[in-house]
Amino acid sequence: MKKDAVTEHILDVIDTAGFQEKGAYNLRYNGQSLCHGDSEHVKIKRKQDKQGIDVFISKEAQGEYIHIPVVVSASGITDIVYNDFYVEEGADVVIAAGCGIHNAGCNDARHDGIHVFHVGKNASVRYEEKHYGEGEGTGQKILNPVTKIYLDENAVFTLDAAQIGGVDSTDRKTEIVMGEGSKLNVMEKLMTHDEQSAVSNMEVKMKGAGSSAQIISRSVAKGNSRQIFHPKAVGEEFCHAHIQCDSIIMDHANVCSIPEIDARHIDSQIIHEAAIGRINSEQLAKLQTMGMTAEKAEEVIIDNFLR
Amino acid sequence: MLRVEHLSYDVVNDGKRQSILKDVSFEVNDGEMLVITGPNGGGKSTIAKLLMGIYKAAEGDIFLNDIELTKMSIDERAKAGIGFAFQQPPRFKGMTVQRLLNLAAGKELSECVCCKLLSSVGLCAKEYINREVDATLSGGEMKRIEIATVLAKQHDICIFDEPEAGIDLWSFSMLVKQFEEIHKSKKESLLLISHQERIIKMADRVMIIRDGQVEACGAKDEMLKHLAIDSYSSQSCLEQGGAS
Repeated sequence: MKKDAVTEHILDVIDTAGFQEKGAYNLRYNGQSLCHGDSEHVKIKRKQDKQGIDVFISKEAQGEYIHIPVVVSASGITDIVYNDFYVEEGADVVIAAGCGIHNAGCNDARHDGIHVFHVGKNASVRYEEKHYGEGEGTGQKILNPVTKIYLDENAVFTLDAAQIGGVDSTDRKTEIVMGEGSKLNVMEKLMTHDEQSAVSNMEVKMKGAGSSAQIISRSVAKGNSRQIFHPKAVGEEFCHAHIQCDSIIMDHANVCSIPEIDARHIDSQIIHEAAIGRINSEQLAKLQTMGMTAEKAEEVIIDNFLR
Repeated sequence: MLRVEHLSYDVVNDGKRQSILKDVSFEVNDGEMLVITGPNGGGKSTIAKLLMGIYKAAEGDIFLNDIELTKMSIDERAKAGIGFAFQQPPRFKGMTVQRLLNLAAGKELSECVCCKLLSSVGLCAKEYINREVDATLSGGEMKRIEIATVLAKQHDICIFDEPEAGIDLWSFSMLVKQFEEIHKSKKESLLLISHQERIIKMADRVMIIRDGQVEACGAKDEMLKHLAIDSYSSQSCLEQGGAS
C-alpha cells in the first residue's frame, strides 16, 4: 500500500533491514494496524480484548525476519499497544521493531509498546528496536517501552535497542527471566540532547543454572538532557553476568548510572562496570591529525561510540 | 621542506611562567630523516606537538614548503601535509581498527590494504581489523595501530614520537624496516623522536635537545660521536638493541 513521505522516511530510519509488505509484518500507524501479513511459519493475530498483536513463531521459522514497526505522525495521540510473541522450541528469528514519532503539532504524541516474549527451548531471537523522534512541533515526543522476556532452557535472546535521537522523554522498563543454560545479550544505545530525559530500568533474573547475560549500555548526553540507567542482574543459580555502562557527557547534561548486582547463589559470578566521562582532548586531537575539524571529530567519536 | 624558526614554549606552574622550549630552530629537507634525541624531559615531545599544532608556540614560526603553519589548527596542518603518531595513542570505544584506518586514509580501504598496513607494523592483520580500538588492546598493540594510521596516507612529513616505546623486539624490527623503506623512497620526510640507536643510525641528521634547547645538530656520524662522549649517552639516550 502507498505510504506518505513522513511514514516512508521514519520506516527507513527505524527499520534498517528495510520494511517490506511481505513475509510476516505488521505496520502500526497512529494507533491502528495499517497492514499486516503472515508467512508460512509466522502468524500474526490481532488481539480481541485490547490493542496489539499476538505473534506465533513456529519451530520451522529459521533465519526469518519479522517486521513490526510503529509510526506516529498525529499530534495529541497516546497509543498503548500490547504485543505478545510466542517463539517455539528451536525457532531462529530476527524481529525488527522500533517506533518513530513525527510531531508537527503542539500536543504531545506518545507511544507505549508493551512487549512480552515467551522464548522456547533452544530458540534464538534477535530483537532490534530503534526509537526516533522528529517534527517541528512544540508537542513532546514520548516513548515508554516495556519489554518482558521469558527464556526457556538454552534459549538465546539478543536485545539491540537504540534511541537514535529526537525523543523528548522515555521511560524504559525491561524485565528478563532466564532459564537453565539460556543466554542474553543486551546492547542499549541512547542519545539525548536539549531538554530530553531518559530513564532505563532493567532487571535480569538468572533463575536457571548455567545462564549467562551480557548487558552493555552506551549513551551520549548533550545539552541539558538527563539520563538514568539502572540495570540490575540477579543471580539465583550458578550463572555469569557482566554489566557495562559507558556514557559520554557533554555540555550541561546529567548522567546517572546505577548498575546493581545481586548474587543469591555461591556460584553466581556477576561483574559490573560503569564509566561516565567527556570526550577527551587527545581523542579529538588524534582525529584532527587526520584532517578533521574539531566538530567533525566529535561527531565521529559519538557516531562510533553508539554504532 | 619543514622550517622551524626560533620556537619557544612556556607553561604556567603555580603562577610562575616556566620555559619548556627556548629558541629552537631547525629544518627537515624533502626526503630527509631527522631524529631528535636527548634526555627525558628535555622538550622533544613538546617540539612534535608544537609542529602538529597540539600545543601553541609562545614564539617562533613553522613553515612547510614555504607555507606558514604557525597559526593553523591541527586539521589545517594535517591537510597541509603533516602526519603525526602519538607517543601514547588514545583509545576509541566502538571504533574498529579498520574504521580508524579508513578515517586516517581519508577513504574506504579494502580489507586487503588494511591487512597490509597492519602486517607492516607487526600485527597479525585478520585478528585485528574488526577489533575495537579500546581497552582490550594492549599498549604495544595500540602503538602499532597508531603507526599504521600514519602509514595509511602519504604525507609530506611524518612525525613519530618515540615509535619504539612499548613495542616488542620483533615488531620493532618490522617498524625499522618500514622507516627504512619510507626513507629510501624519499617520498616523505621523517621526523622521529627516539632514544634507539638503530633508529638514530638510520637518520641523515640528528638533533640533540637538552633542557629545552638545541645542544647539537648535525650529520648522524658526527652526532653519534657527540653522544658517545656525552655523559648522557651512558644514561638513556642510546638504548642499544631492541625497543624500550
